[in-house]
Amino acid sequence: MRRIPVWADVVLIPLINLLLAVFVSGLVVLYIGESPVKAMRVLLQGSIGSAYAWGYTLYYATNFIFTGLAVAVAFHARLFNIGGEGQAGLGGLGVALVMMAWDWPHWALALPAGIIASALFGAAWAAIPAWLQAKRGSHIVITTIMFNFIASALLVYLLVNHLKLPGSMSPETPPFPPGAHLPTAHEILAWVGVKFPKSPPVNIALLLALLAAFAVWVLIWRSRLGYEIRAFGHSEEAARYGGIAPVRIIMLTMLISGALAGMMAVNAVQGEAERLVLDSVQGAGFVGIAVALMGRSHPVGVILAAILFGMLYQGGVELEFEMPAISREMIVVIQALVILFTGALDNMVRLPVSRLFHRRGRGGGRAGAGGNG
Amino acid sequence: MSFMQTLLGAGAAVAVSAASALAEPAIIYDLGGKFDKSFNEAAYRGAERWKKETGENYREVELQNDAQREQALRRFAEAGANPIVTVGFAFASTLEKVAPDYPDTKFVIVDMVVNQPNVRSVVFKEHEGSYLVGMLGAMKSKTGKLGFVGGMDIPLIRRFACGYVQGVKAVNPDAVVFQNMTGTTPAAWNDPVKGAELAKAQIAQGADVIYHAAGGTGRGVLQAAADAGVYGIGVDSNQNYMFPGHVLTSMLKRVDNAVHDAFRDGPGMSTGLVVLGLKEGGVDYAYDEYNKDLITPEMKAKVDEARQKIIDGEIVVHDYMSDNSCPVK
Repeated sequence: MRRIPVWADVVLIPLINLLLAVFVSGLVVLYIGESPVKAMRVLLQGSIGSAYAWGYTLYYATNFIFTGLAVAVAFHARLFNIGGEGQAGLGGLGVALVMMAWDWPHWALALPAGIIASALFGAAWAAIPAWLQAKRGSHIVITTIMFNFIASALLVYLLVNHLKLPGSMSPETPPFPPGAHLPTAHEILAWVGVKFPKSPPVNIALLLALLAAFAVWVLIWRSRLGYEIRAFGHSEEAARYGGIAPVRIIMLTMLISGALAGMMAVNAVQGEAERLVLDSVQGAGFVGIAVALMGRSHPVGVILAAILFGMLYQGGVELEFEMPAISREMIVVIQALVILFTGALDNMVRLPVSRLFHRRGRGGGRAGAGGNG
Repeated sequence: MSFMQTLLGAGAAVAVSAASALAEPAIIYDLGGKFDKSFNEAAYRGAERWKKETGENYREVELQNDAQREQALRRFAEAGANPIVTVGFAFASTLEKVAPDYPDTKFVIVDMVVNQPNVRSVVFKEHEGSYLVGMLGAMKSKTGKLGFVGGMDIPLIRRFACGYVQGVKAVNPDAVVFQNMTGTTPAAWNDPVKGAELAKAQIAQGADVIYHAAGGTGRGVLQAAADAGVYGIGVDSNQNYMFPGHVLTSMLKRVDNAVHDAFRDGPGMSTGLVVLGLKEGGVDYAYDEYNKDLITPEMKAKVDEARQKIIDGEIVVHDYMSDNSCPVK
């Protein structure tokens, strides 16, 4: 495919996709007899209209940054890791085990412990499909998605039979000790004298997510390993000829990917719930795929796409509250439409747009040099 | 910083409008969904009854997953809803955490006890109602084999099962009761396909009366019983109308009353533990135009006699949750 300018690649095309999705969602809302304009207003106001709304949007976005980065890193090696859901779930298990193992005195200790535990568990869960791919050639798409089911079953088993409080009816761990509590935006901003509502769960893990995004950028474009990953992704044969060991690249890429997905638990399990519940991932592992696709596997794109999906999630929750006629199933339909248009139907817009640019490009337009696909 | 100020200004505006709004009550349904024809729907009916009586509005939300509980609770509390009714035991740990943050808001939890000063905990003596439907089932059964399909395998549901078996054995000590649970997670409340499979398996073993305590899953149980020409017993809501002639009766659990009363009492309601048994009208068996041909006068006389004895305290139905064991199987 011919190159198109960077701005068109990372801004214009996602925007057109988004508008299409909004349009079709509007038709769906209209179909059930509600006003699409009002729905849109509730969605926007509920997701970015107040500090409270931002607090939740950024909380969800933090989850999606982690899982989006996880998918993006693997993409660079042409590995399609759709096991983010399971890896993040296992990350939650790691966090829960570590947090309950000791009465943590301070979050400054609990945070690194949570990061290490979640990353290790997430990476370990990705390691098995990675090894199967590297050594046996079992396709990573099949193995990672199957590992999601295994992770879910494992978590149910552990929560129901071992981790829940004796006598409790809910399959969830007891609350973590108070020392494991991560500072929320309310507390962090209070240190510098800025008021922020108390209830939104956005917490220090957001900064961790941004750091992780920067680290991924350094890794992919500024490190030797990143070069090898990209070379392997572009052409396995050429990479092999250049002395790059495929087994090592597959393993390392998937371990990093799994660790990133697992670290989502620092935000969701340690930061928000402060105990491990069933389904702590809430589908973020799958949203990560859409986020990485929409963000073109670039950390900046991933952050922006994650915020967009955070808005959709938070706005969707607000829709449920404000417009009960739009049932929970409808919200899923609207979210799915956005994923469909931005992820799966990307080329539907990309081809005409790139043709358009190509035609205009002959007239003297500048051909973009960027893009990383 | 000006960006931040804009945000904070907007936030403050929201807070002010929330405070000045009338304190509407709110209800949060559990994962079975509002229209599960059983537990959550009973709560919905209670809310609707209050709405009809007073002409006032209430707010509601259905959850998508376990992790949303806290956001839903905080969202309503921040918006000034009062009281806030949570339908289901699974809210307990979240409510324990959230309730202290909103000391001026009253919360209600059904089926579980939360010890906070601003929480009313409503629990039911499901074993008493289950005892009565167990008696009816045993009197109706020709094979002497009955079934029980539970939702999620938790002590609360075992309490239903234990009361049921006691009622069955009171009529026919030789009867056999097959017991199955649908699952171990909240997904078990909304899995009618599996409910039907379990019911079919019990029917294949000879069961001709099957009682379910499984929320939305129970639709499948009643359907399978009706398809096989045997009898189902509904739960929580009156489910007699669903398959007329094939639903022997329903164990009524008046979650609707719990919701209605909380809404009626409003922000000034009393808190603490409320226990609703047969005596308090919290549980009962259903008898209406859909099942009056299924229940003979003798059956009705016998069960009404037992009903009165339970109310008078002459019959004490063992509560599974008092010692986590059941004297009969």
